[in-house]
Amino acid sequence: MTGWRRVGEALSRIGDRMLMKRIIPCLDVDKGRVVKGVRYIDHVDCGDPVEVAQTYDDQEADEITFLDITASHEERGILLDVVTRTAETVFMPLTVGGGVRSLQDIRDLLNAGADKVSIMTAAVKDPDLVAAAAAKIGSANLVLAIDARQVRGESEESVPGRWEVYTHGGRRPTGIDAVDWAARMAEAGAGEILLTSMDRDGTKSGYDLPLLRAVADRVPVPVIASGGGGSAADLAAALGGGPEEGHSQAALAASIFHFGETTVAEVKRALLERGIPVRPPAAD
Amino acid sequence: MTPPARVALVDYGAGNLRSVAKALERVGLRVDVTDEPALVESAEGVVLPGVGAFADAVGALQKSGLEDAVKRSLDDGRPYLGLCFGLQLLFEEGEEHGITKGFGLCGGRVERFPNVGKDGKRLLVPHIGWNEVRFRGSHPMLEGLPERDHYYFVHSYRPVPSDESIVVGRADYGGEFAAAIAKDSVFAVQFHPEKSQNAGRRLLEAYRDWVEASR
Repeated sequence: MTGWRRVGEALSRIGDRMLMKRIIPCLDVDKGRVVKGVRYIDHVDCGDPVEVAQTYDDQEADEITFLDITASHEERGILLDVVTRTAETVFMPLTVGGGVRSLQDIRDLLNAGADKVSIMTAAVKDPDLVAAAAAKIGSANLVLAIDARQVRGESEESVPGRWEVYTHGGRRPTGIDAVDWAARMAEAGAGEILLTSMDRDGTKSGYDLPLLRAVADRVPVPVIASGGGGSAADLAAALGGGPEEGHSQAALAASIFHFGETTVAEVKRALLERGIPVRPPAAD
Repeated sequence: MTPPARVALVDYGAGNLRSVAKALERVGLRVDVTDEPALVESAEGVVLPGVGAFADAVGALQKSGLEDAVKRSLDDGRPYLGLCFGLQLLFEEGEEHGITKGFGLCGGRVERFPNVGKDGKRLLVPHIGWNEVRFRGSHPMLEGLPERDHYYFVHSYRPVPSDESIVVGRADYGGEFAAAIAKDSVFAVQFHPEKSQNAGRRLLEAYRDWVEASR
């Protein structure tokens, strides 16, 4: 029973007594297929999104996220079809992002069956989009995604506490401070922040914990940790409330689940052992 | 063999109903997704889903005559299942985007979560994720449900009923709040059973049994 006692202690320490931390497998989708690259290159085909979603539903993942990386907006219909088929097949929460440009794009995805829609580049281009969307659909279904990279000095040394927002799949710097941007967009009506460390994404070397807690401590909305999750220990660090941890409410991971290295249930058991409150796997 | 019970899933133009329809069909109900008051009135049960904003939703239901159809169905004692906004709409008024009048079937208001919980700690709003609901009370639906289960929530507003006796399910987020209410032929939840995997399925099966028992 020690594991359960520690869960109880973690619950009382965190304060959100009964709300569980979430484990979210993320599927990068390109032209209707699941792919996952390392640092946004070298994509490897990992299957049909509906089938992969079904696998994670069986594993009782807490949510699932589709990030569409299809370059051409003309192929939007493929994504909408994938979302529609997924929402008809699995009975779990689905977040969809990537290439969302307008209020109409957001509506189309919600109508296709997405529960939440995430926007990134469009919000940088038009900072009023988040407020306009929140007024129409409410904040709870609106996620702001941020791709952030550690700011480096002239001799490539990292500047502690400073991260810059990037767009276009991590290729284009914006000059915007990531922590300030998160706070400003939460104020405008974003209901959640999906925060990806571009330095860590695809590396499985652990989440950027200073980045996560800088944002999580600043914004009054939930933060989803993304980029670098390679083990249950990494997820625990992102979700933990300790002074050196990530303070996030959810953790997104891709490669550790897609290649069958581990399952959501295995990760959850390891998190419960570490005192992180997650919804226990059904078999337990 | 008795044919499956037929329920009306009310389409008031507030977003995707496919997940709810499929989840209801999965437990063996026949589902008419409809915006026609006559179909709502003739159905053996009424499901009011919830996506959208309070004011828009109430306006759409009133204009189309659906509100009256739903109320007549309730007067006839046919099982009503409200999901998220389908719960909030039952109350006297909501404060999202200004004050809006709801159906007024339940006393009380729909209010935003505060930014500080009852324990004095910071409360993140919206409330997103899996939270435990503890059921207590007497209602046909509760006979088919476990005492507690985890369900998926995604919302910034929650009901604050003036009559505590209608609250049959409670969850904790910065203090207890009403996650499920029941009153005669009404059962309504703040969470999303259609997104709550096996726990959600159990709840929809309980609804199916209730509809069938009420024929």
